[in-house]
Amino acid sequence: MRRRPGFDLGGDAGLRAASLLAFVVLWHAAALWAHSPTLPTPLSVLARVWDETASLVLPAHLAITLWRVAVAFLAAMLIGTVVGIAMGRWRRLDVFLDAWLVLGLNIPALVTIILCYVWFGLNDWAAITAVAINKIPTVIVTVREGARAVDPRLMQVARAYRLSRWTTLTRVYLPQLVPYLMAAARSGLSLIWKIVLVVELLGRSNGIGFQLNVFFQFFDITGILAYTLVFAAIVLTIEACGLRPLERRLSGWRG
Amino acid sequence: MLEIDIVRKSYPDRGGRAHVALAGLALKPGVGELVCVVGPSGCGKSTLLNIVGGLDGDFEGRITHGGVPPDDIGFMFQEPRLMPWLSVLDNVLLVARASHDARARAVALLEAMELGDVLDAVPGRLSGGMQRRVALARAFVNEPSLLLMDEPFVSLDEPTAERLREMFVGLWRRSGATALFVTHDLREALSLADRVCFLSASPGRVVLDLPVALERPRKPGDEAVGALQARLLERFPALLAGLAPTPRTEVTDV
Repeated sequence: MRRRPGFDLGGDAGLRAASLLAFVVLWHAAALWAHSPTLPTPLSVLARVWDETASLVLPAHLAITLWRVAVAFLAAMLIGTVVGIAMGRWRRLDVFLDAWLVLGLNIPALVTIILCYVWFGLNDWAAITAVAINKIPTVIVTVREGARAVDPRLMQVARAYRLSRWTTLTRVYLPQLVPYLMAAARSGLSLIWKIVLVVELLGRSNGIGFQLNVFFQFFDITGILAYTLVFAAIVLTIEACGLRPLERRLSGWRG
Repeated sequence: MLEIDIVRKSYPDRGGRAHVALAGLALKPGVGELVCVVGPSGCGKSTLLNIVGGLDGDFEGRITHGGVPPDDIGFMFQEPRLMPWLSVLDNVLLVARASHDARARAVALLEAMELGDVLDAVPGRLSGGMQRRVALARAFVNEPSLLLMDEPFVSLDEPTAERLREMFVGLWRRSGATALFVTHDLREALSLADRVCFLSASPGRVVLDLPVALERPRKPGDEAVGALQARLLERFPALLAGLAPTPRTEVTDV
């Protein structure tokens, strides 16, 4: 078949860019048509991003939110991985903790957040604990799956050659969990950054979530969209430039 | 010296009752001796190696090597069992004892096995025969005093298996290690061993301990090996009945 260069330039990447452009154009058209302060044009949102960035207000709130995301993410991954491995390994523990896990998976995020604030006070640690508690059960479920799939034959190799516990863990055991850890990390990041905003909205006096609430009080939609845009862009960048290349590097041997 | 004394080894079968895999099995390979263990499938050959290799500690009896539990082991399994995420070289280095020349030794060993071009390749890109060679290099990299080989060359085509046997015998003779080589192929055993031990059907114990004095180098296809096999089949038909026949069992010119 003859290729039509006009439609094939850039392949998938070109198509993605076209899709993004179409979205912005549609948004702009809708804003012009609505002609209302509740739906600002893309350009005015962009101008607001610039103002808020230049005044350093946005970067300050962004930094504090990203810090909360990072701590909650690391805590959830660490605790979830340890418990998930233990539950995948010891059947009795698995049976014992299974009901807790079901409870953890099904309790609404809002409930954990409220309870944490009530029990631990309106502080950062309560906020981070609430976020981590929401994420830990899903990490456990994913990692437990991985721990059950660990190949006992490779573990026998480690034993036969008398590898140290540390070497066995880092060079033989954990590499088998990598696909599961990466799945948990990616779904974890997308869950956590959404919950963090709710936590900030309900009980913190800084961060993106807090700012969104302020804008909401004043019906400042341009501000809401400006903050959302920046925060989403940063998270997507972390995902695309951090997690995805890491995953490629760690699972390159599958190719 | 390796001393194997397994009073009893059992494990629960599917119904939950104790299945005795090995009972009253005693074996004392000489230092530097290559002992092949043959027996019908399911007689506990792999169980024996797992016990000697310390992979299975749940048995009654005692395994010592030079008076202490064996510690200095090269182990080759039925499958290559390489870490799929590590390169060929890293797979060998993974088990290499830390020393300044570990890397040089591993590279030299792999080059001697004609794997010099694929040091950085991951195992998934190699053929089955090449993967076994990596596993063989891994077994020898620490210059162990005890080699445990669990049917390491099964499910390979005959020329590949033969090439690996030659490499193995060459490395073993230079190493001076004691070797226990499990196989269900009598010809393979006769072509490799200083001594062949026949295990009974389960519960396995040694029912015949046969020194093999044929000159080296030998191959499974050699006439002398074939003749010895034929004589054994004639003298101990019941004993060898459970052994899987090999493609070249029909020896007529004894």
